[in-house]
Amino acid sequence: MQNFGFQKPRDLAAAVAAAKKAPEGKYLGGGQSLLPVMKLGLAAPSELIALSGLAELKGVRVEGKELVIGAGTTHAEVAASAEVKKAIPALADLAGHIGDPQVRNRGTLGGSLAHDDPSADYPAAVLALGATVVTDRRRIAADAFFQGMFQTALAPDEVITAVRFPLPEKAAYAKFPHPASKFALVGVFVARGAGGVRVAVTGAGPSVHRSAPLEKALAARFAPEALAGVAVPAGGLQNDPFGSAEYRAHLVAVMARRAVAACG
Amino acid sequence: MAQDGIGAAMKRKEDLRFLTGKGTYVDDINRPGQAWAAFVRSPHAHARIVAVRTEAARKAPGVVAVLTGADLAADKVGILPAGWLIHSKDGSPMVEPGHPALVADKVRHVGDQVAVVVAETRDQAREAAGLVEVEYQELAAAVTVTQAVAPGAPLVHDQAKANTCYDWHLGDKAATDAAFAKAAKVVTLDLVNNRLIPNAMEPRAAIGEFDRATGDLTLWTTSQNPHLIRLLLAAFTLGVPEHKLRVVAPDVGGGFGSKIFHYAEDFTVLWAARKIGRPVKWTNTRSEAFQSDAHGRDHVTHVELALDKDGKFLGLRERTLANMGAYLSQFAPSVPTYLHSTLLAGCYTTPAIYAEVRAVFTNTVPVDAYRGAGRPEASYLLERIVDVAAREMGIDRVEIRRRNFIQPSQFPYQTPVALQYDSGDYGATLDEALKRSDWAGFEKRRAEARGRGKLRGIGISTYVEACGIAPSAVVGALGGRVGLWESAHVRVHPTGTVTLFTGTHSHGQSHETTFAQLIAEKLGIPFDNVEVVHGDTAKSAFAMGTYGSRSLAVGGSAIVQAVDKIVAKGRKIAAHLLEAGEGDVEFRDGKFTVKGTDRSKSFGEVALTAYIPHNYPAGLEPGLEEGAVYDPKNFTFPAGCHVCEVEVDPDTGTVQVVGFTAVDDVGIVINPMIVEGQVHGGVTQGIGQALLEEALYDDTSGQLLSGSFLGYNMPRAADVPSFRVGTKVTACTHNPLGVKGVGEVGAIGSPPAVINAVCDAIGVRHLDMPATPERVWRALRTARKA
Repeated sequence: MQNFGFQKPRDLAAAVAAAKKAPEGKYLGGGQSLLPVMKLGLAAPSELIALSGLAELKGVRVEGKELVIGAGTTHAEVAASAEVKKAIPALADLAGHIGDPQVRNRGTLGGSLAHDDPSADYPAAVLALGATVVTDRRRIAADAFFQGMFQTALAPDEVITAVRFPLPEKAAYAKFPHPASKFALVGVFVARGAGGVRVAVTGAGPSVHRSAPLEKALAARFAPEALAGVAVPAGGLQNDPFGSAEYRAHLVAVMARRAVAACG
Repeated sequence: MAQDGIGAAMKRKEDLRFLTGKGTYVDDINRPGQAWAAFVRSPHAHARIVAVRTEAARKAPGVVAVLTGADLAADKVGILPAGWLIHSKDGSPMVEPGHPALVADKVRHVGDQVAVVVAETRDQAREAAGLVEVEYQELAAAVTVTQAVAPGAPLVHDQAKANTCYDWHLGDKAATDAAFAKAAKVVTLDLVNNRLIPNAMEPRAAIGEFDRATGDLTLWTTSQNPHLIRLLLAAFTLGVPEHKLRVVAPDVGGGFGSKIFHYAEDFTVLWAARKIGRPVKWTNTRSEAFQSDAHGRDHVTHVELALDKDGKFLGLRERTLANMGAYLSQFAPSVPTYLHSTLLAGCYTTPAIYAEVRAVFTNTVPVDAYRGAGRPEASYLLERIVDVAAREMGIDRVEIRRRNFIQPSQFPYQTPVALQYDSGDYGATLDEALKRSDWAGFEKRRAEARGRGKLRGIGISTYVEACGIAPSAVVGALGGRVGLWESAHVRVHPTGTVTLFTGTHSHGQSHETTFAQLIAEKLGIPFDNVEVVHGDTAKSAFAMGTYGSRSLAVGGSAIVQAVDKIVAKGRKIAAHLLEAGEGDVEFRDGKFTVKGTDRSKSFGEVALTAYIPHNYPAGLEPGLEEGAVYDPKNFTFPAGCHVCEVEVDPDTGTVQVVGFTAVDDVGIVINPMIVEGQVHGGVTQGIGQALLEEALYDDTSGQLLSGSFLGYNMPRAADVPSFRVGTKVTACTHNPLGVKGVGEVGAIGSPPAVINAVCDAIGVRHLDMPATPERVWRALRTARKA
């Protein structure tokens, strides 16, 4: 790990101002993705600007037909939140199965989305629920937010402040963990709501993405049986010793079926 | 039995220290004025070193020295030797390339040591190591054994033609051929014993120190056998007087064999310390440990079993390619030979056996002994082919084993592959395991699981292993360059408490507890009155250390001999005090008593008299301290039966172990709780090998793909069920305690039981380890198509 500066701004404006002054700097959320990468020498930011503790990033509330979660909310807080469990139980369940207790107590929703690990769980929920990512300067639709492996629509000094999740009629997440790392080898989030049926897949591909064949089949009939015989193409999926593209494609269908079944 | 003696489940003396974080490991030790070392390791599997430029590193903050392979060569030191010589079929000795602690000519595996940087702090050393510029000319790599023996393969060492270290055989080829010729059925199987990375919880570490004033050298190191490391440093790698060198291995946090060996880093810190005149400390990072600790297993095997029409085994053939890695680690040559093929009789009366093992160099981390060392590979191929034979002949899996068992009346039993088993009752362990696992009720559980959409399977393995290594003369005759006896010194203090100095060294086996129980029992003194000292060449006498499940069978036997001498001397003193003939004094429950009377002297009174000899036998030396050395008469032969039950999710291929029963005959048990714990650990490692763990190399680049816990799947608590563990005892006939050994049985017996269960669940003939979800899913898919 290289030396770096550390700042703990007192509010959001100060954080953004600090980031503008440090082009090689990075925002630090809960540190569960960025710090391991720095320890391995794969990232060497000049400056870490800590976002934890910023009041503007806190809070969980329902506003009309949306569940709004502050970007600084930890996974453990989301998992335990009565509001989340009531509004979108699948989201609380997803948060309760990220990493391990240490990760869940430190890692944040905003941090996970900004890092956009292709095996992370939250991006699947954000994409499938058609959520809106709110930043210090604009609102970004989920479909426009994720732009490829570790690539998002965020500007380097842009901070996610909250995520607005439309309340779905039905939603569930099913994950097949990587045997060693326990990240999602394949994770599938299915949701049915005002925007129709949306199916988001994490882990399997180079980035979180929606599955057209699964959405089409479930739009016709939202039931596990509707997925029988639906083939998920293996093309473009990750192919490595821990899971071939063919196996991952198969698991996408299996996890989708299980998620739909879990919707009840 | 004393309450705290042999057979008592005493809580461990070590626990308060370990469970409260008060252990002292090498990394906990810091020496005045110490500097830190960091190694420059090869990023390539195979490359010629064109140049090593150290100027930038030398100028970096805090750097004290940068040493390279050229410095090593100039000093004519640092070639790590092999400890076992194997001869090929044609009588020629194995190819022994030597293993330089820092390489100068070419690197031979990812992680190979090229240079070392010594700096004021750990971070400075690591930073500067990144500034050493090594110019490489990359070479094609031979990564797998199959690649390495193919015509035209790149040569890891020029002198090893076809990358072959040796081409060895064992057994009677003609008799085996004849057995196959008359067989009613021949079963064949090709299998892989997957390569494993030990991953001890404590990474390796070392501190070298040189005292210019006295010339004394001290090495603190994470070792299972400090005396062996001292001998190798003195006689081979550093060439220093043995009496001026002290090797200390304090608490050691796991090893499983990987901390037996004399590693490059041990040598290098001591060499560097002498050069710079300051202590030099090094602690491995976890990432480096994956690339520098000796790996285990890695066999590619073809096996054939000949049977008569009733399923009696007539003959067995094995052909194995064994991966040695890039260099010969100390005991690597012995692992796939005398620790492996000698076990091919298993529990069975197979009359003719012939094994051919070719050891192969590859561009991978050296492979050496790892929990079980050769015997897990033997039990796996044997217990797998027995299951396949049962399947193909339509004989019940349990029945075919019973038909071929060596019977209790046949001991001592001479196998056709050199070993002579002293005792055992394989039917008894089998019966007990079948009972405890409710084998008879399995089909009901299978049907119930099917109702839940799960495929349930059950598997069995009946294994025997050879440990308690080993008679020195036999070892010598087989090519070993060491003796394998063990030493013990029992010092009775004036107040009657005892300190034991043993040459074995615990790296998790609870010796401090077990040995204290043994001495408490034999001397009739409280368990708390015994202290065990080990792990320091300045304290214990020379001995061989801990591996091969030998500490109790060999080290414990030495303790018994030393204690017997204490009692014999005590009897003389007591007889004098009691004014009785020595022959009339008996020692029992801590008291010397004149037979048939109530006149006695306690052990404590006798001890005090030995040190305050005012009223003392004429001619007898004062003091009460005795040493003994025990050279075993034979190997010991633990055996047992493991039963595994699994459930497979047919949608994903995930295997869950839902039941595991281990009934082992490890001989007489000193502490049943510790024995059970050893079995738990060993079985967990065996389940790890069968389902989870695999060192994966890219077969073109030779990069280690499973080089961290993100890719290397260590077993976790959720991967194993609550174990049912039991013992059935037949005593070892040739050591004074009747003990056999328990350290490795779990890892030896369990992998075939797990794979047999998986094959039973999904209805396939064979599946290679590890049975990962994808592998199982593919096997199921192929089976459905067929």
